[in-house]
Amino acid sequence: MKNILEINNVNKIYRNSVKALDNINLNIKEGEIFSLLGPNGAGKSTLINSICGVVNFNSGTIKINGFDNIKEYRKARQMTGIVPQELYLESFETVWKNVNYSRGLFGKPKNHKYVEDLLKLLSLWDKKNSKIKELSGGMKRRVLIAKALSHQPKLLFLDEPTASIDVELRKETWDIVRKLNKNGTTIFLTTHYIEEAEELSSRVAIINDGKIILVDETDKLIKKLGEKSIKIEIKDETLNFNQNIKNKYNLEVNNNMLTFKYNIKEDNINLTEMLNEIETNGYKIKDFITEQSSLEEIFIKLIKEDKKS
Amino acid sequence: MNYFGVKAILIHELDRFKRTLLQSLASPIITTSLYFIVFGTAIGSRIKEIDGINYGSYIVPGMIMLTILTQALSNASFAIYFQKFTSTIYEIHAAPLSSFEIILGFVGAAAIKSVIIGIIIIITAGFFVDIEIQHPILMIFFLILTSITFSLFGFIVGLYADGFEGLQIIPILVITPLTFLGGSFYSINMLPEFWQNISLLNPVLYLISGFRYSFYEVSDVSILTSIITIFTILIGCILFISYTFIKGYKIKD
Ligand SMILES: Nc1ncnc2c1ncn2[C@@H]1O[C@H](COP(=O)(O)OP(=O)(O)O)[C@@H](O)[C@H]1O
Ligand SMILES: [Mg+2]
Repeated sequence: MKNILEINNVNKIYRNSVKALDNINLNIKEGEIFSLLGPNGAGKSTLINSICGVVNFNSGTIKINGFDNIKEYRKARQMTGIVPQELYLESFETVWKNVNYSRGLFGKPKNHKYVEDLLKLLSLWDKKNSKIKELSGGMKRRVLIAKALSHQPKLLFLDEPTASIDVELRKETWDIVRKLNKNGTTIFLTTHYIEEAEELSSRVAIINDGKIILVDETDKLIKKLGEKSIKIEIKDETLNFNQNIKNKYNLEVNNNMLTFKYNIKEDNINLTEMLNEIETNGYKIKDFITEQSSLEEIFIKLIKEDKKS
Repeated sequence: MNYFGVKAILIHELDRFKRTLLQSLASPIITTSLYFIVFGTAIGSRIKEIDGINYGSYIVPGMIMLTILTQALSNASFAIYFQKFTSTIYEIHAAPLSSFEIILGFVGAAAIKSVIIGIIIIITAGFFVDIEIQHPILMIFFLILTSITFSLFGFIVGLYADGFEGLQIIPILVITPLTFLGGSFYSINMLPEFWQNISLLNPVLYLISGFRYSFYEVSDVSILTSIITIFTILIGCILFISYTFIKGYKIKD
């Protein structure tokens, strides 16, 4: 797949000398949904804003669909649409005027049919003549999405699209994101909710303290870094489970439940051998459950490791 | 050149003017009428004429200048500051617009508003006194150039302002006093020589004088100095804004 976005060695230091981006390298593939995951203050918004021209960055290069976003900013910015983290809108304007204004800013001639379809897609058509201040929070967010899509960009940036909104609205937003992606728009979203990244995106990057710690396919990441645990249920109550086996495999014993924790990355574990050993010592295995750690746990672990190093 | 982008800013800003049309127009009309009542009637009954021009008519160009300068300045500074304040400016940054195009949109809109207000004042004044315009082209030239210059000045003020109070400081503390002291309502020839010389340091005097010349062919200073003055201020603003944009200062984080 072709890269629609290529970020090379990007650094950003704010005027108050906060280093918000520290040598960022990242590629986004055309057609994917990509999540940038990180805690508050990690630099997510700064990265998106640097790509879209909302803030200046200090060094490095950013190419959008092959166009340098500084030297060829006109072509580069045609490709991108940005939905900011906060609801930055003018209260007294109507939805219709506001969305058409955005299209104009991007140098596109009027296209009422396209804007109409866009508002319909985002369930805003019946609100087209309403003033922004009359809309609910969820509708305002959709107006921002409509504005960002008004000039038909290839790459849409969503900065924490579901921060501080309720569960139902979050599901609705996810549906919209999937729909837009199906229509051919590449999506780059930031979030600090793991489930969001897990639910929506094919690939994730984790950012902390201005540095990208890791980039990978979402499910690979979980597999690669995930702790797994196996719970083994034994048929009869085991008041004093064989200490040798317990120590050898570092098992947790709780009545007739044995818990074995391991990491998929380590390949020196022989599950068959352990299970055999349990059985040859006279225990009957009744049931068997494997559990995988969530991205949340991986995330916390990675950030801890990053802090240590 | 992003024509549609500039047009979008222009229309967007003029829309705000339309939404608040009543306030936008009522205030200059009421102010003009008040000036006529206070200056025209009360003082005019004592002064009769200056340089052979009826006092009521004499003060019209100065009154227009006073309104144009303050309106252009506050409209332009408010427009850009408001977008910074609400952060809606993110969209202008994200759009494929050059600095020049952004300025063209904002300054153009503020200048258009000022010219419209200037014309409204001339019409309003026409109800109170006789107005003749000897050099209409020169008059329009001054009206438009002053509107553009002070809209650009306002844009700079809005860019640098840290709060809504900051927007008020220059119109109230600088422009209004300079306009009053710049011979809006009198000729500096009526002042003692010392104050005449002091007045000549006031750039607004040259603007008013030149503008008045286009109406009645009377002026405190030569028309050429007036034209040079307005161009000097305009060029000063252009240099300053270019410097600001080249430095990237105050525009983006
Ligand atoms: N406009 C700004 N001026 C100075 N510092 C800023 C500005 N915006 C963000 N920062 C700082 O940069 C860092 C990254 O912020 P941000 O990109 O907003 O993080 P995130 O979006 O991941 O929460 C933080 O330390 C934040 O305080
Ligand atoms: Mg953020």
